Amino acid sequence: MIESLVPAASTYAADIDAVFTLIFVLVGFWFVLTEGALLWLIVRFRKRDGIPAEYITGEQKSEKRWISIPHMLVLVCDVFIIVGAVRVWYNVKQELPPAQATVRVVAQQWAWSFDHPGPDGQLDTPDDIRTVDELHVEVGKLHHFKLVSKDVLHSFSVPVFRLKQDVIPGREITGWFEATKPGTYDIQCAEICGIGHAMMPGRIVVETAEQHAAWIASKRPLTLAAATPRAEE
Amino acid sequence: MAHAPVAHHEAHGAHHVEQSFWNKYVFSTDHKMIAMQYMFTGMFMALIGGFMAYAFRMQNGFPGMEVPGYGLVSPNEYNALITNHGTIMIFWVAMPVLIAAFGNFLIPLMLGCDDMVFPRVNRLSYQIFLLSAIVILASLFVPGGGFAGAWTAYPPLSAKAQYNLTGLGSTLWLVSVALEFVAFLLGGINFVTTAMNARAPGMKMYDIPMVVWMIVVASILFMASVGPLIAGAVMLFMDQNVGTAFFDPDRGGDPILWQHLFWFFGHPEVYVVLLPATGIVAEIITVFARKKLFAYKTVLYTVFATGVLSFTVWAHHQFVAGIDPRMANIFTVTTLLISVPIAEMMFVYIATLYGGSISLTTPMLWALGFIATFLLGGVTGIFLGASGADIYLHDTYFVLAHFHYTFFPIAIIGTYAGVTYWYPKMFGRMLNETLGKIHFWGTFISFNCVFIPLFYTGMAGDHRRIWSYELYPELFTPDLQAVRAFASIATVVMLAFQPIFIFNFFWSLRRGPKAGDNPWRANTLEWQAPSPPPHGNFAELPRVYRGPYEYSHPDRKEDYWPQNAQA
Repeated sequence: MIESLVPAASTYAADIDAVFTLIFVLVGFWFVLTEGALLWLIVRFRKRDGIPAEYITGEQKSEKRWISIPHMLVLVCDVFIIVGAVRVWYNVKQELPPAQATVRVVAQQWAWSFDHPGPDGQLDTPDDIRTVDELHVEVGKLHHFKLVSKDVLHSFSVPVFRLKQDVIPGREITGWFEATKPGTYDIQCAEICGIGHAMMPGRIVVETAEQHAAWIASKRPLTLAAATPRAEE
Repeated sequence: MAHAPVAHHEAHGAHHVEQSFWNKYVFSTDHKMIAMQYMFTGMFMALIGGFMAYAFRMQNGFPGMEVPGYGLVSPNEYNALITNHGTIMIFWVAMPVLIAAFGNFLIPLMLGCDDMVFPRVNRLSYQIFLLSAIVILASLFVPGGGFAGAWTAYPPLSAKAQYNLTGLGSTLWLVSVALEFVAFLLGGINFVTTAMNARAPGMKMYDIPMVVWMIVVASILFMASVGPLIAGAVMLFMDQNVGTAFFDPDRGGDPILWQHLFWFFGHPEVYVVLLPATGIVAEIITVFARKKLFAYKTVLYTVFATGVLSFTVWAHHQFVAGIDPRMANIFTVTTLLISVPIAEMMFVYIATLYGGSISLTTPMLWALGFIATFLLGGVTGIFLGASGADIYLHDTYFVLAHFHYTFFPIAIIGTYAGVTYWYPKMFGRMLNETLGKIHFWGTFISFNCVFIPLFYTGMAGDHRRIWSYELYPELFTPDLQAVRAFASIATVVMLAFQPIFIFNFFWSLRRGPKAGDNPWRANTLEWQAPSPPPHGNFAELPRVYRGPYEYSHPDRKEDYWPQNAQA
């Protein structure tokens, strides 16, 4: 359902969409059923002259069935949804598969800075590449991201990946994604962060291995590029 | 148990003493007058909250437009508008009208006593509330403008003026919210004590009308949950103004702590306002379907279950906030479990209609409209409570549409249901039915036109609290912008229907047909008092013989059976 609106470009996007669809089907069934019952009862039991209302206490077992059976069925649906949701959650957020590459994402009022590993493939080495508002990753490679904030809360959100994680000052939060489709997509800040909250767009560029290598080669590493500052410095 | 304390210095019952204007309307200890004060203050604040919604929805639908009646909306004004819209609608509209106005008006009347047990505490509660309302309104006009850090006030944004640019506004915002909590703590003590001690003789626990139960449970939830947030508010105030660092990560504080304190209150708060609204709906559907409430005790148990569970779900607001991911699993389970009692309550209401004799009066339309819309609010909550789906949906317009589908039925539809139903009792006259129905359909249809589209934009990735989507190529498409504009226009249409209600309300005060004591032929005790009830309520305090929902009893010729009728 979500995929018809927003492309799915990470390994877990389809799983999250599947949870959405599962819930949509189950609660959609209940929603249509209850709204239907409500409408039908309103029409069926409109006031008519000479026909008094019935006296039903709802305390008899035979009457209570009408709500106790739906009650149990709702519980069963809940169990299915919980299992589906927790499985996806476990894979996306709780488990951290080993990284093939690591990037650092620095949020601040109101810009994103990204540290990419340079030619040596390691973060925090002199050949790192730093960019502002544009993150370059390689398709099919499992990336860890390390989130840090310099001031207030932000939220690192990549809709096409179905990825969202708040960024907390004073902490480094690690998560992962693996892109599946080359292309250029939006990065949002999804937590209000002040006057420039709407002016904090980023772009993520998902590249093939060759494109990515070419991009790295075109960039001067950090130590040589003192003139490539972070946004506000 | 029979005799509630009365405000001793004032006249009681039959012999009437003329009171001065000030004593009657301003410093009254009469629960009905205090209810009116709360209701009119709440409705006035609703106009302000509605106007704010109009201003920021226009900016959202038509970025950069000069909003008629407001002007250009700058980014920080946008943030201040959404912040104060949320705060005002919850704390100064839903709370005062649903809990305080209906609680004050209905509890003594429905329990068959002459006033609240602590009338002066009651008066103090309103006075503090009024002060809090003045403070929040004043905060909009200080240098820098109103607080612009969202109604959840997450630090560090809310803690430092250099981050939110509204230092004075944020402090006044905190002060007003804290004052408002004091007012409702005082009110809550009064509601619970009155319901436990001042019931009419013969009224057993299971004879209490559902709306009174629900307001009492809501008050208990409020009082039990608000403590941590008051502590948090004091800490945040000190962080803002004294230089402490409770929430400042640079100096050993933790911003996530605030989120726990806030939502530990914030989620039960949803049920604090939900329960009175569902109680109002229970009263109305039984009267206008001429039916006994289906399974009274089951409803009561669902209320208790909801209340207890509501304390265990708060961190579903924080799944992706940086809490330990393992915690999300627990909160997913509790959040989905709370769907069970609430779903059951809705099933009970729908089952109550079965075999009824339904008249679609204006209050009944509102009550049925509540069930129809709240169902959608309820089921969309499942998407957000399910951790896996929430990763994508968190902080999108899907969340916004979801909670407006809960809060709008609660705060607006529930209030209209209650006001149109009890208006004859409050003022002794009937509202105009035709105007009432035009107002209902206009509001109901346009409300759905506002928020259904916002579910769609949320699924398409619209993130919340965004002044303009111009910088997001995936979101700033003509199609999505058209959907946003549609929702904005629907907002204007919805607001345009509200003067009909205001006109009807004031016109009927003088011109409406006289109501009589019991125009709806209802069972509960308030309809046995004169309309409007005098100070002291009942000429003779009633005695109760049966439960509140004995409609269409087979042994009776009449289709209703007042609680105080001897046979």
